[in-house]
Parts: sequence; structure tokens; C-alpha cells
Amino acid sequence: MEDKLLIAGREFTSRFFLGTGKFGNKEAMKQAIVTSGSQLVTVALRRIDLEDTEENILSFIPENTTIMVNTSGARNADEAVRIARIAREAGYGDWIKIEVINDSRYLLPDNQETVKATKILSADGFTVLPYMNPDLYVAKALVEAGAAAVMPLGSLIGSNQGLRMRALIEVLIEEINEVPIVVDAGIGRPSHAAEAMEIGADAVLANTAVADAEDPPLMAAAFARGVEAGRLAYLARMGKERAVARASSPLTGFLYDE
Amino acid sequence: MKITVNGRQMEIAEGMDLHRLVYSGKANPERVILVLNDGVVKSDQWPLTVLTEGDRIEMVSFVGGG
Amino acid sequence: MNKGLSGIDLAHLTIDDIRRIFSYDDRELLEEMAHAARELTRRQFGRAISLYAPLYIANYCQNECVYCGFHASSKTMPRSKLTMEEIDRECSALAATGVRSCLILTGESRFHSSPQYIRDACIIAGRYFPYVAVEVYPLEEHEYRELYLAGVDGVTLYQETYDRARYDELHLAGPKKVYDYRVEAPDRIARSGMRHISMGVLLGLTDWRQDILALFQHVRHLERKYPGVEFGLAFPRLRRVVDDEHNYIEVSDKEMLKIICAARLFFPRAGISMSTRELPTFRDRIIEFGVTKISAGSSTRVGGYVERSEYDDGQFQVFDPRSFDEVKAMLIEKGFDPVVTDWRNIVNN
Repeated sequence: MEDKLLIAGREFTSRFFLGTGKFGNKEAMKQAIVTSGSQLVTVALRRIDLEDTEENILSFIPENTTIMVNTSGARNADEAVRIARIAREAGYGDWIKIEVINDSRYLLPDNQETVKATKILSADGFTVLPYMNPDLYVAKALVEAGAAAVMPLGSLIGSNQGLRMRALIEVLIEEINEVPIVVDAGIGRPSHAAEAMEIGADAVLANTAVADAEDPPLMAAAFARGVEAGRLAYLARMGKERAVARASSPLTGFLYDE
Repeated sequence: MKITVNGRQMEIAEGMDLHRLVYSGKANPERVILVLNDGVVKSDQWPLTVLTEGDRIEMVSFVGGG
Repeated sequence: MNKGLSGIDLAHLTIDDIRRIFSYDDRELLEEMAHAARELTRRQFGRAISLYAPLYIANYCQNECVYCGFHASSKTMPRSKLTMEEIDRECSALAATGVRSCLILTGESRFHSSPQYIRDACIIAGRYFPYVAVEVYPLEEHEYRELYLAGVDGVTLYQETYDRARYDELHLAGPKKVYDYRVEAPDRIARSGMRHISMGVLLGLTDWRQDILALFQHVRHLERKYPGVEFGLAFPRLRRVVDDEHNYIEVSDKEMLKIICAARLFFPRAGISMSTRELPTFRDRIIEFGVTKISAGSSTRVGGYVERSEYDDGQFQVFDPRSFDEVKAMLIEKGFDPVVTDWRNIVNN
């Protein structure tokens, strides 16, 4: 039985998503996608100038990779909607990662504006994956608004601190069953990615940790394996942590002695 | 005549079309997405789209992002 | 380490911690701060260093700031103001050197360098440079908004010193004498829609410990009030001008390093810029501890790019005379990644 991830009717055999930001070298970025086997990458949309001689980043993304455009730069729902529409009109699919951040110090997402943008874009036929600050009721609102998945942050963007938000993410995993949960942001090590998958996340998105590594393709491969390891552990139903340690002979066994 | 490109005022010749505008610079036209007055104009339409006074253009492209 | 520094967590500095850090000259702590600042800078910014160049379009000035070469009663400073045609030619010459980020500067004179004149200059600069910022006298909110709508990306404004008494002492006459109008300007800039504001103090005017603390508190307060704005920092060191007899408090290289490390640790995502006031030997070494933006190939006299002169000294003496390409090469050689253009966000105006 193959363990496939289904998002908006599309199947993924890799549960590792890769962000393409901060790669000094586009060839290294391409290799990172290849070595990790990632099937979904994020890109951003920015104004460019006529004299800008940068290479076309899309030409470095392997064919058949799902390209999800993020709305980074948007500080409110309107800006996010505008970016999404430009991306779609330009012919680059309709998978959108909603990223609405009006916070230069912590880069925390604005949950309210994210819900707003999700409603509008989802009604407009987009496949919406909103990036959010893990809050169960916001996650429910996002599902209600038509999100194809929810993407709670693991910890602050770029902090590499792993699953600081673990307890809240576990709540989402427990209570949100209609759509997949993709942990995004703050994933600094493959072990963080494994941890996210062990507790039941459906996929993990990492960017900074791979782009910043001395050898990005190698790090990307490590992440992919971390995600796999965590997923296998989850599927193997590893013994759940119990609040109270249980001795192997049950205390209440005497009640049932014949 | 005056148009706005990426929020900046620009002076261009009468009769300038989008194709000539994009190709006037060094940027790789393949990566350029042009939004003219809130509507994306596909590259095959660029030579046929002549600019008029007061037009607002957003010249954007995909870049790396998380 | 000094007992007075116990309990300081460099990953979670408070203003009080900064005050304590500045009170002790502790070698061990400075070493720790340098390590932490360097690591944090790498994680946040990678090895990217943004490059820019200043373009003075006019140096007429009504103020009497005792420490500045442009001060109104100067008998040696030649005054000039570029016409729009000259600005166009200067921008073209500057852009030809590879610069893609330009800082437009004027002295303070609403008569000679009106907000309209500044705006028109920025429109021209906008044709040559993807990124245009201004460093001019404090404006009204609607005037900043006009600049924003004309495509200006950021404003730089230094308070010089937060010590009111000292500020009054050093600014003898002119509109700049009014402390409050200047210190309240960042609020007006933020409300106008600008997304980048660069702030700083002129090190040397007073005890740097007090001024840097005040600056940090000011910026921290503004960060909370205007979370969508990106604040940048700068720490220009005073270079004494010819006819100035005042007492200044020189800031040593070691103290500069401490300031930069403290700034980086206290403002993890803020850009920190450093101009050509600094010697190449110092600037090159200190970059890795927190600096993310440097000027290169600068002329600090009015214009100066169409016809480069050997002594391109204007408002201040340029101590780093290397060309734009030379600075880029130095950065690459040191393992940095020179960034000539930062992409601009798609905004709704």
C-alpha cells in the first residue's frame, strides 16, 4: 500500500516541500529539488527592473514539479489576492501559498487577513494553502473558507528552532481532519522534520535550512530522509507518549482475575 | 508621454508597444510578466499592445521564495 | 566575566541588558557578542551585502550645525544645485558604474531644495535605479506621501543626538534647531506609507552609550507602533570639519564593534548600513558582525559622477575611495555575496 499525500486531488509521493528562497546558486537549488525528490516548491513574485539580468528561476525547476506561488510581500488580504491573480493570469497554475505578514520584526503571519484572502481566492477557484500561526479556531475558519491544506508555522521564519509550536500543532493534527497539515517555517534540521512527521503532520516545508547549508543538495536529501523516517515511524504506530508511565503488569488486572 | 512602471513615472515615445518596452532592456523577456492596468498581457500580445498616456504597468517575475 | 553582566542572554536581550553591556568594557563578553552577532547575521541574511551610492543633488542649507561641512555660514563650501538635466546625467553616469540603489541627498533648504524639487529628482532617479531612497530634511506627512507615490522606496533620517541640551547646543540656527519636529518625523514617514526607514545617531556628539540606548528605544517603540515598516540602522562616526572647535567624544573601533553587535542582537532582522566615512580596513573587517548594506564608489559633493574628481569630498570626507567594482570584488573575495538590487514588493498604492 503506497502512502500517498493527496492535496486538492493531486497526489504526492514525497512529503517534503522545498522553498526556493535564499539560494545563492540556482543550479544548487535545482540539485536540491532533484536529490530530495521534492515534488512541490514555492516561489515568490516581485517587481523586476528592465536591466535585471537574473536567470529565469522557473527554468531551474524540474518539469512536473508543482509550483506554488507564495504571496510574500503582501501585508493584507487585498495585496495577497492581487499577487495570486497575477500569478494565475500569467499562466502559472493556481496553487497559492497565502503568506500575509505585516510584521518586520518577527515575520508572524496575520491570521485574520489570511482567512479573508483564503475566502476570496478559494471562491475564485484557487487551490489555497494558507500559512498561519497555529490557532485551532483560525484553522477551522480556514478549512471552512476552502483551504486545501493548512500550514502552521513550526517556529519563527528563519529561526531554525524546530517545533516550538509543537503542542499547538498537535492540537491541529488531532482536530483538523478535513485537510492535510503541512508544517512550515522554522524547520532547521532533518530531525525537526522527522519530529513533525512523527506527531502526525502530513508534510513539511523547509527553505532556509537547506539554502543556508554548505551543501544544499546534500542537506535537501537529508531532509527528505528525515521526513520519510518520521512518516514511517508514525505509520508504524510508535507507542504514544503517556503522561504517566505504565508498568507492564496492569494495576487493574486484579479486577479481571477469574 | 508619461506612463507608470512599477510605481515609477517613466517617459516613453508615442506609439511604444509592450514588446519594444520589454526588449529595450537587458532582462530576459521569458521571465517577464506584464500587468497593464490590472490585466496580465501575454507575451504574444505584446507587439499588438500600444501604450497610451497614463498607463500603469507592473513588470514582475518569479523569484526564489519560501 | 564581570559580575555585573551575569544573567545576560544574548539571544533575548532587553534594553536593560544593553545598558549593562555598555557600562562594562568586558573583553570576554565582546568576544561572545561578536560570535553571536556573526552567526545571527549569517542566518538572517546569508552572506548578502547590499550596495548603494549617494547622490547629492544640492547642498544649499539654512542650518547652522556646527559639525557639518554644509553649515550655512561656511566660508569655504561652494554651493550648488543640480538642474533636472544635470540630475539625469549624474544618474546615468552613476548607473553606468553598476549601482542599482541610489540615496538622494540635499541640505536643508525649502527654498532651494523644495519637496517638489526632491520629488522630481526622485522620479528621474527612478528611471535609472530600481531602488531609490532619500536623506533630506524632515518633511510633512503629505510630502512624504508624495514621495512614496512617486516611487521612493525609503527614507533615511538621523536624529544626530537624542540629548536635547546637546542637540540645542550644536544646532545653532535654522529649522533643524527644532528637536521635536525631527524626532517625530519617523512617525510621519511611517504613516505616509513608506516601508523602509533608516535611523541613526552621529557618534561623537555626546556619550555614545546614552545616544545608542535612546536610539534603540526609539526604534523599538516604532517597530511596535508600525509593525509593517522595516527599520534600518546606521552609526556614522563624526569626522571633524575644518572650522569646528567643539569637544567631541571619539568612539573607538572597539566601541563601534560593540555597538554593531548589540544592534544586530537587539534587532535581528534590521538592516545595518555603513558609509564611506569609515576606512576600508575597518569597514571590511566589521561587515560580518552585522552590517548588511554599504555604500561604494561614493561622491559626497554635489553630483560628482559625471566628472569624477580625485578629492570627492563634500559633506564629509570619503575615507573609502574604492570604486563600485573594487568594493564588489573585495566582498566576493571575502566570501560575501554583493547584492546590487533588492527586489521590490508588488504593492497596492
